[in-house]
Amino acid sequence: MSIGILGKKLGMSQFFDEQGRSVPVTLIEAGPCRITQLKSSSTDGYSAVQIGFGVTREKLVNKPSKGHVGKSGEDLLRHLREYRVENLEVYELGSQITVESFEAGQKVDVSGNSMGRGFAGYQKRHGFSRGPMSHGSKNHRQPGSTGAGTTPGRIYPGKRMAGRYGGKKITTRGLTIMKIDNDKNLLVVKGSVPGKPGSLLNIRPAKRVGSQNISGGKG
Amino acid sequence: MKSYNSFFGKSIEPRMTADLTDTSPIEEGNKEGTKNSKESLSNQGKASESPAKKKSSTNENGSKELIKEFELSQQKKKVPEVYVGDTVKVGVRISEGNKERVQPYEGVVIAKRHGGINQTITVRRIFQGVGVERIFMIHSPQVASIKVERRGKVRRAKLFYLRERVGKATRVKQRFDR
Repeated sequence: MSIGILGKKLGMSQFFDEQGRSVPVTLIEAGPCRITQLKSSSTDGYSAVQIGFGVTREKLVNKPSKGHVGKSGEDLLRHLREYRVENLEVYELGSQITVESFEAGQKVDVSGNSMGRGFAGYQKRHGFSRGPMSHGSKNHRQPGSTGAGTTPGRIYPGKRMAGRYGGKKITTRGLTIMKIDNDKNLLVVKGSVPGKPGSLLNIRPAKRVGSQNISGGKG
Repeated sequence: MKSYNSFFGKSIEPRMTADLTDTSPIEEGNKEGTKNSKESLSNQGKASESPAKKKSSTNENGSKELIKEFELSQQKKKVPEVYVGDTVKVGVRISEGNKERVQPYEGVVIAKRHGGINQTITVRRIFQGVGVERIFMIHSPQVASIKVERRGKVRRAKLFYLRERVGKATRVKQRFDR
């Protein structure tokens, strides 16, 4: 049973499935992650498993986090995440979670920080359409009207405007695992995931949201 | 080749030279061709190793190497050297229900695109008076075999001019030095 794993995005490639079709995939170097803490409902109010990923240097870690991570093993870890679980007894402090906990064909949700685009305009950020580039038009990338005049005399909150875009946590849901490589700690996931290569990703078993059925869909 | 180049940056250069030195002494005949391609493949492997070592010293994550490895593992070991202008017979796997068979498709290679796992060839033939072009990913499992029937002598990398030609004018001169 998989609870989740942390990994690093390597980049995109392609993969030939059983039918010989070429499938776009993202390669993720996931784990091995160490279980750093077991949170129980008696001590923390809820039960969860905390895992750590990414070995780091001693210089980069402060004393409190060193003490916390040191309880479960020697290596200092850079990233910590936790996953809610029902039954804590299956898990053991200091044990490893690898890609083996997942299986090919499984659906997963992958979240990470999206690529930062800085201060982006209307078109890039909200998909506004462009004005004419020629025929005397000076309205190229402008937003158009942002609302009525004296009534209401203000711009309604939530009006889509230019601003910071990207660099936010984004979850891509319902991606299929195409292949798992235990030796290289490799997860091959169909489709794209947030962020640039090298960024941290959080991979969890797919959570069904709303009425749509992820497992039965097109994928 | 263009996309391949940009993707791997400078690491392609040793491979390119290895390719060039390999292709020159190829003799006619299919058996020879496959042999040579085998050699070139093994050379490619060596060439890709050296930049990998270089990178690992400067950049310990080496994610590009991992991607390259992943792609290499999917590539076919033995692929004949196919040039633009060649007449090839491609065995295409077709599954009807649960039966699988290989259907041959013969024609002239009018274009080669991309490199590595993504490499494709465009094969043109005239079928019942209608020009048909199919694009094959040469490393795809759907392509069961590629056999070079005839080497062509052409002066273009893309033979799109054949599309405007009919009958005798579509012939490609044979070449005997490959």
